[in-house]
Amino acid sequence: MTTKNLLQAIGEGLAEEMRSDETVMVLGEDVGRAGGVFRVTQGLMDEFGPFRVMDTPLAESLIAGAAIGLSVNGMRPVAEIQFADFIPPAFDQIVNEAARFHYRSNGAWSCPMTIRVPYGAVPGGALYHSQSVEAWFCNTPGLKVVAPTFPADAKGMIKSAIRDPNPVLFLEHKRTYRLIKEDVPEEDYSVPLGKARVHRGGTDLTVVSYGLMLHTALEVARKISNEYDIEVEVVEPRTLYPLDKETILDSVKKTGKLLVISEANLTGSFSGEIAAIVAREAFEWLDGPVMRLGAPDVPAAAFAKPMLDFFVPSAEKIEAAMLELARY
Amino acid sequence: MDLKGARTGHGSVGLESDDLLRMYRCMLLARKVDERSWILNRQGKAAFVISCQGQEAAQVGTAYNLRPGHDYVYPYYRDSGITLLLGQTARGQFLSLLGKKEDPNSAGRQMPGHYSSRELNIVTASAPVGVQYPQATGSALAFKMRGEDGVVLACGGEASTSGGDCHEAMNFAGIHDLPVVFLIENNAYAISVPEKMQVAGSIYKRAEGYGFPGVEVDGNDVLAVYEAARDAFERARRGEGPTLIEARTYRMTAHSSDDDDRRYREREEIEGWRQKDPIIRFEKYLEEAGLLDDESKEEIAASIKDEVDEASEYAEQAPYADPEEAVERVYAEG
Repeated sequence: MTTKNLLQAIGEGLAEEMRSDETVMVLGEDVGRAGGVFRVTQGLMDEFGPFRVMDTPLAESLIAGAAIGLSVNGMRPVAEIQFADFIPPAFDQIVNEAARFHYRSNGAWSCPMTIRVPYGAVPGGALYHSQSVEAWFCNTPGLKVVAPTFPADAKGMIKSAIRDPNPVLFLEHKRTYRLIKEDVPEEDYSVPLGKARVHRGGTDLTVVSYGLMLHTALEVARKISNEYDIEVEVVEPRTLYPLDKETILDSVKKTGKLLVISEANLTGSFSGEIAAIVAREAFEWLDGPVMRLGAPDVPAAAFAKPMLDFFVPSAEKIEAAMLELARY
Repeated sequence: MDLKGARTGHGSVGLESDDLLRMYRCMLLARKVDERSWILNRQGKAAFVISCQGQEAAQVGTAYNLRPGHDYVYPYYRDSGITLLLGQTARGQFLSLLGKKEDPNSAGRQMPGHYSSRELNIVTASAPVGVQYPQATGSALAFKMRGEDGVVLACGGEASTSGGDCHEAMNFAGIHDLPVVFLIENNAYAISVPEKMQVAGSIYKRAEGYGFPGVEVDGNDVLAVYEAARDAFERARRGEGPTLIEARTYRMTAHSSDDDDRRYREREEIEGWRQKDPIIRFEKYLEEAGLLDDESKEEIAASIKDEVDEASEYAEQAPYADPEEAVERVYAEG
């Protein structure tokens, strides 16, 4: 057991899978010699060579499309889209192609491929290095969308994603890459897809969150426990689609209240889906309005820091929302 | 092969008479399945038809170089000549046309013409045009990484070269000398839009910019296509990289059963191309070569008619999948 941050844990998971399965490979922009712009794939090319760790041309549709072709011819590719903001050119290949191969061939073909996607607002990232794109993909049957937040989960889930026979979009919040370190097991283990995790037991309200917002929510939950004696149960979906509804519903049925916090803008968001599920399936247990907190409906975080800070839900806004809901 | 005879003789390309008759039968079967499909559409039994008519030589001539179940194929929606040659059947085509449970491509999920066979390495085809090219390069890369001699055939019409996927794929294939053969079946129209509004310069010449050979071939001459494709497949198997083949041909039907091509092209133009029908041309060649006479022609036609009759009747009688199957096989298990 050693202490690792998120990007180290993902890199280690990739390396272990590549060592144990020679069909596993990595492709994307700058993933080879440079080791990725965030250094997630650092050292992999030295160990596995320039084909299994391939620097591709700057062409996202090619990256996703080639990964499909590799996956149907015996390989287990892990494609990297350098920033979530650059994924739209690959949208057709991911949504219309990879996600549909299995269904449209009546189960004859499937695409065991993983697409790693760094997302989320970072200082200086601005409109095209900041976006949270999960809602685009959480409406795509045939695709799995995962968003682990903690290093040990991320290592176990990258392994599960690679071993999964379906296309898996693997979202990594950039601002959490180096934010915290935790003990990450060295031995081979995996964390299953499709299972939520309860981080903190509580009786007063349920918060569902992921990515940077999860870290902030956990901090605020500790704070209001100390200051107000309000106990917040914090649930991390880990897999956004298909969603582990049961864990969320079990929590809400216990606390009677739900606040969903994400960094994405709210209209048409993944948060809306959770709210709809809870509003219908836990209606008789609710003691307050289903609440959501997210970014305003603007294209993405701005470059200037004051506007960035305004865009991302802050600890103050999160605390206010938790207290408001707790008062019902 | 000109209107009467051969440009390329079959002996010079290494084909035996059995090969030629097999090619001929497959081209004719594709045509007759297609013609029957239109009848079923006009009878109100088939919701949609998309045709191969006019392109059989380009398809069969190329596909004759494939090793079924070994090489990979990314066909497009007109490529029934390819899939029939590989081993799909008339029965399968009609089951697909009518959306029946036994449809080998998708069990009634996709429109007809969207081919798929795991056993034959026909990778499930899409409707959006051009998406197959990046996928084909990935499959070719897998062959190359494993040191295998598999080749990937990726097909599309001339309009499939207009989008970015075609460029991205050819660039990537050129960088890594991938074993892929790009077959562009230039049939002169994308629904209504003619080639001159679709294609700047020349398609096959673009290959030079990517650093691999591009060849233009008479797409209605099955032996010329076979020869060009044979060279391309051999080159790929030797590890020397991709080839772009532009087979010039003509779409003899409307785009689909939902299209009326009288809105955008003259009947005289179509009649002119009917004189160059690849099947009629190949018949003339076979007759001149002494491989086909009236009697054997009638025998082949009769056996194909029987096959088409049996296949379409079977498909008409065959059941649909249960409605609830619509929610199955969204995700792979395991």
